[in-house]
Amino acid sequence: MARRMPPVDVVLVGFGWTASIIAQELTDAGVQVLALERGAWRDTVPDFATDHIQDELRYAVRKQIFESPERETLTFRNNASQTALPMRHLGSFMPAAGVGGAGVHWNGQCWRFLPQDFVIRSHTEQRYGKGFIPADMNLQDWGVTYEELEPHYDRFEYLCGISGQAGNVNGQLVAGGNPFEGPRKRGYPLPPLERSASTVLFDKAAREVGFNPFPCPAANASRPYRNPLGVQMGQCTYCGYCEWFGCGNYSKASPQTTILPVLLRKDNFHFRTHCNVTRVNTDSTGKRATGVTYVDVEGNQIEQPAQMVVLCAFAQHNVHLLLLSKIGQPYDPVSNTGVVGRNYAYQITSSVDVFQKERLNPFMGAGALGQAIDEFNGDNFDHGPHGFVGGGYIALWNTGGRPILQHYLPQDAPKWGAGWKKAMHENYLTACSIATHGSVMSYRTSYLDLDPTWRDVYGNPLLRLTFDFQPNELKMSGFLTDKAAQIGRAIPGASIHEKKRQGPYSIVPYQTTHNTGGAVMGDDPKTSVVNRYLQSWDVPNLWVMGASVFPQNAGYNPTGTVGALTYWSAEAMKRYLKNPGPLVTT
Amino acid sequence: MNHDPARRDFLRLVGVTVPAGMVLCACGGSGTDAHGGTANAFFAPGEMDFIQAATARLIPTDALGPGGDKAGIPTFLDLQLAGPYGRAERWYMQGPWPTGIDGQGYQLRFTPAQLYRQAIAGIDKHCRGKYQQPFVGLTGEQQDEVLRALEGGKVDLGDVPSKTFFNLLWQNTQEGFLADPAYGGNRDFAGWKLVGFPGPRYNYVREIGEYGKPYQQPYVSLIGRAPGTALAHAGEAS
Repeated sequence: MARRMPPVDVVLVGFGWTASIIAQELTDAGVQVLALERGAWRDTVPDFATDHIQDELRYAVRKQIFESPERETLTFRNNASQTALPMRHLGSFMPAAGVGGAGVHWNGQCWRFLPQDFVIRSHTEQRYGKGFIPADMNLQDWGVTYEELEPHYDRFEYLCGISGQAGNVNGQLVAGGNPFEGPRKRGYPLPPLERSASTVLFDKAAREVGFNPFPCPAANASRPYRNPLGVQMGQCTYCGYCEWFGCGNYSKASPQTTILPVLLRKDNFHFRTHCNVTRVNTDSTGKRATGVTYVDVEGNQIEQPAQMVVLCAFAQHNVHLLLLSKIGQPYDPVSNTGVVGRNYAYQITSSVDVFQKERLNPFMGAGALGQAIDEFNGDNFDHGPHGFVGGGYIALWNTGGRPILQHYLPQDAPKWGAGWKKAMHENYLTACSIATHGSVMSYRTSYLDLDPTWRDVYGNPLLRLTFDFQPNELKMSGFLTDKAAQIGRAIPGASIHEKKRQGPYSIVPYQTTHNTGGAVMGDDPKTSVVNRYLQSWDVPNLWVMGASVFPQNAGYNPTGTVGALTYWSAEAMKRYLKNPGPLVTT
Repeated sequence: MNHDPARRDFLRLVGVTVPAGMVLCACGGSGTDAHGGTANAFFAPGEMDFIQAATARLIPTDALGPGGDKAGIPTFLDLQLAGPYGRAERWYMQGPWPTGIDGQGYQLRFTPAQLYRQAIAGIDKHCRGKYQQPFVGLTGEQQDEVLRALEGGKVDLGDVPSKTFFNLLWQNTQEGFLADPAYGGNRDFAGWKLVGFPGPRYNYVREIGEYGKPYQQPYVSLIGRAPGTALAHAGEAS
């Protein structure tokens, strides 16, 4: 029998980026908010202190900053004809656990999606015709537009102190920025980061080929910064330990460095750690959430009543919780009906390693220190002759030179022995790698459901992921990789190794933690779990945050858009609190 | 800064309780071999013989610097396998255990520690059958031949695919060579000196714009730096 806690106004499942934003906004609106975090408390001091955190083995290799598959994982298969097997240790993606969520260990690559990305189906049909979209592609508009999200992107960027160069302010192109970005109403709060030697090489080569390189938007502060909440951040020191590490210098935007110092002082905010939410509870009608049930650190089942529930966990965990709670119609890939688990998508990445003679000192870097080109992202180019949907950016990121995982060797270098040693000696300081970061569309064959065999430590069925790269994505990624190789070849004295992404998708090598979909937003309850305000169609006092609401994935890192959508939804929640009920009627 | 890491710091980083003799072995660079006694945290003496020999072939000693055995990799592996990693503490280890496809990843019931134990026994059995000697008794060329056969998945190790073991051994060997010396490998910064990585330094604000210029500060570990350790890329005048 579950113990019952005193009720709260709003309960948040998870305590990462989206929960921190929602908590800050709703406590300002005067309600009682409680966040339940499955992981531990952690803060810059002492957990990310530089004499402790700059440890590649412990954090990046042994993955101690991420969730532990021992407690909960998922099963994976490429297609429905296979038996999905458990992901026994982390590989292709690395979900976080602990206060701050992935906001602690991200690189800080903070993009806006393109205006067309939000209306991709209608835009694609209009420009290329309905027949251009493959029959099994569940492409759909988001139900929200770039123009509606612009003020919310702006809020997230000023919260984080993004360093960057605007390319389009109120429709006016600005030299040095991304000429393809949607219009923004003002520039970034901070100037771009310093450039490292390798990003200078990329910049020159990309210009030579005829592209427009620009500094990538970075949640690594290029200058000391005080955000609109009055929280002070320090200047990035380019130590090269961002992704997979916490920042010891208050320079990388995270809940801890932007919101928590203000939020944690409020009397109407509380959080509990080591609380794993296993169900969203509903009343007898199934139309109203009554709170959540969680398992605490001692294994006790605890019921937490609440007037409103917001799912703020990692993308697939939100979907898992919906399925376990039997809220919304589970997706059926055979009939292409149902919504929960539908439209899982990912990212397709590839790289071109560059070997040249100039010393680059790769260890001087920052998570979002990069130069990029956007000529081949979204619909920034004519897709007609190429026959695929989507695109991506091409960038040289200089995130660091951590030697176990961040070294590049020529293709013909021996895999071990004296030849390997010589190749390490000759290439570590001078090699670099150009990355492509491509969109992945949604398909009938890419979805999440509950596994029939394996269970987590709480006795619940694991989530089952069915996913593969489709011909559209492999074609697009190959196209992007060729463009990246063109830039690589323009670097003086360079020899390159073009590493195209091949199918089938493997869950083994790390690719990206940009998992999306499964609880997507939209205008039609037949093809979406939440409405355009991220409010559940079925249970109007339940909301879903994060990349699980993306109807398909764009060619950028998701956090900027996750932040903007969270602010957008928070505004809607404030309206809802004054007058509870569905914000969109069908 | 201490040359020898303080015992408490070492234990903090390693996260396991190890015998005192092991700590000295991990940090002293005295040249004495740990495997002769009973001080190892995980490996039995015969297993340590294999690890010493194999890491010396995977990363040989040459003009560019010390090999894997001299760089403390056996100690690193011994401590890793004795600790949470060796026990697969963070891995999902519930059955059933069907065989999958490569893209579904590791599906064996063995923890890393169990995998090493099973594989090393199988390799020595294979070597005694083929060469009438355990691995450690073979010539360097023969040892490379065995390593290549393991890499190619061509040695019968019972339930352990030899390729899986080789990949794990080589991955862990690289970790030991390139991880912070606090973990017992990368002794005297052997791995970092080879490539020119200065260690976990905190501030490059001044240097990041000095394109093409060698970085001048000494090598540093999370637990301090060795006095007199000049920072120079191996083979380069300091």
